Amino acid sequence: MDKLLRILSADSGFTTAQLAIMLGEPEDYIKAQIKEYESKGIIKGYQALINRDELSNGGVEALIELRVTPKKETGFDEMAERCMEFDEVESVYLMAGAYDFALIVRGDTMQDISMFVAKKLSTVDGVLSTSTHFIMRHYKDRGKNLINFNDKSDGRNLIL
Amino acid sequence: MIDYEKYLNDRIKSVKPSGIRKFFDIANEMDDVISLSIGEPDFQTPWHIRDEGIRTLEKGRTWYSPNRGFMELREEISKYYARRYGVSYDPKTQTLVTVGGSEAIDLAFRALVQKGDEVIIPEPSFVCYEPLTVMSGGTAVIINTKNEDRFRLKAKDLEAAVTPKTKLLVLPFPNNPTGAIMEKEDLEEIAQVVIKNDLIVLSDEIYSELTYGKNSHISIASLDNMYERTIVINGFSKSYAMTGWRLGYALGPAPIISQMTKLHQYGIMSAPTTAQYAAVEALRNGDGDVERMRDEYDMRRRLVVDGFNAMGLSCFEPLGAFYVFPCIKSTGLTSEEFCTRLIMKKHVAVVPGTAFGECGEGFVRVSYSYSLDHLKIALERIKEFLEELHNGN
Repeated sequence: MDKLLRILSADSGFTTAQLAIMLGEPEDYIKAQIKEYESKGIIKGYQALINRDELSNGGVEALIELRVTPKKETGFDEMAERCMEFDEVESVYLMAGAYDFALIVRGDTMQDISMFVAKKLSTVDGVLSTSTHFIMRHYKDRGKNLINFNDKSDGRNLIL
Repeated sequence: MIDYEKYLNDRIKSVKPSGIRKFFDIANEMDDVISLSIGEPDFQTPWHIRDEGIRTLEKGRTWYSPNRGFMELREEISKYYARRYGVSYDPKTQTLVTVGGSEAIDLAFRALVQKGDEVIIPEPSFVCYEPLTVMSGGTAVIINTKNEDRFRLKAKDLEAAVTPKTKLLVLPFPNNPTGAIMEKEDLEEIAQVVIKNDLIVLSDEIYSELTYGKNSHISIASLDNMYERTIVINGFSKSYAMTGWRLGYALGPAPIISQMTKLHQYGIMSAPTTAQYAAVEALRNGDGDVERMRDEYDMRRRLVVDGFNAMGLSCFEPLGAFYVFPCIKSTGLTSEEFCTRLIMKKHVAVVPGTAFGECGEGFVRVSYSYSLDHLKIALERIKEFLEELHNGN
């Protein structure tokens, strides 16, 4: 990953002018680079990283392990596509190991998620089994610590 | 009541304590200070280096090292200086491992300087050189480096400061607090004066790995006829983010190193053992870490320099260390007033330039050894501060 992507993946809030300065490149070049990454589908969006644990109505998340029967022609893609269509499903990953897909599912309550799994997901043709794990607390997300275990200081002292 | 005054050493008493303690005390008492005042890496020591320290502790390697440091480490230091800066030192006789670069500086002063000697110190610079001169009985001769020279030491200024009593020149580049470096041409001019006047140079190269731009750091010891009159000070604190391990070293002519070793032997015995094992790992497998951290600092450096210039605090482009040294004269405030008001009003801490010598008046030291997030917030607050100052609030 180049430096530009590395910066943006950690913090997309820099202006192109700031990025140009930090990387020592002309601003036009940075703009063109970003445009190219967007058009190639390398940059897919810019989202705020929200710590839902701090919200009273932040909802619930679960990780669902899914075992499926792959289709002859399309393999796992057809099942992936089916899963992606559900609004409840945040993320879909094909996995190596003991199960085939990992889904991150979000709902307002645990009941919502339970109902989704029981009524919608497990009844999809080709689904062999599901295993639902509720996420209890978010400590770190996409490289950012959501909880700061140290007090205000970063551990360094003022000395001279 | 005992009158302690009569027991205390007059020479030590005459050394002033660091002037900016008061200011640090304010910063320490505030809760939500956005600090840009810290002079050490924000990175943690790379894991493989820490792991090596842990591994040797687990194995129970907890004894003293030889006085000069483990031979294995001295060999690696010697290889490193040859590889990076093109100068070779004999690990047996020309290399001494110390408790941080600071100890090495102290030893050099005590080994060389005595009553009647003059030591030339360019300022602004790190705070220890003048007190160490005084404590050794010597006289400090200060050269004020200038903003218009990008705070480099100029040969003509050096020439003007030399007297028959001059023995030692301190060369603190890359420089804390200005971020100034000395390029080859600058060093060549200095070397001429040094050789002509038969001086010794103490080259404090602790920030050598944090040199930005197209050229990497050049050690004055690598210049013709300078090897034999240079003591190089370096260490692991800044380059490998190992400040708390307290490990540095001195390289130089065997007769000088041997006197320094005596002082070290009787005063300290040996540098921390665990730190030495970790440092061997750093020198063997840490080049990538150094590069990664330098890259990150470089990005921050560009952002901060541009930020200050954009808000009207002019700032020459520093090519070394992790400090910028913006000029605050346009605000009409002294360095100390600027820093005090900034911390009171906006809870942002920067260090008055005067902490590093009188000629630092009109400047502040800003450390960019902080995350980009942190730097962005701090710059924003300083900008607000200036706007409010401008509007008479």
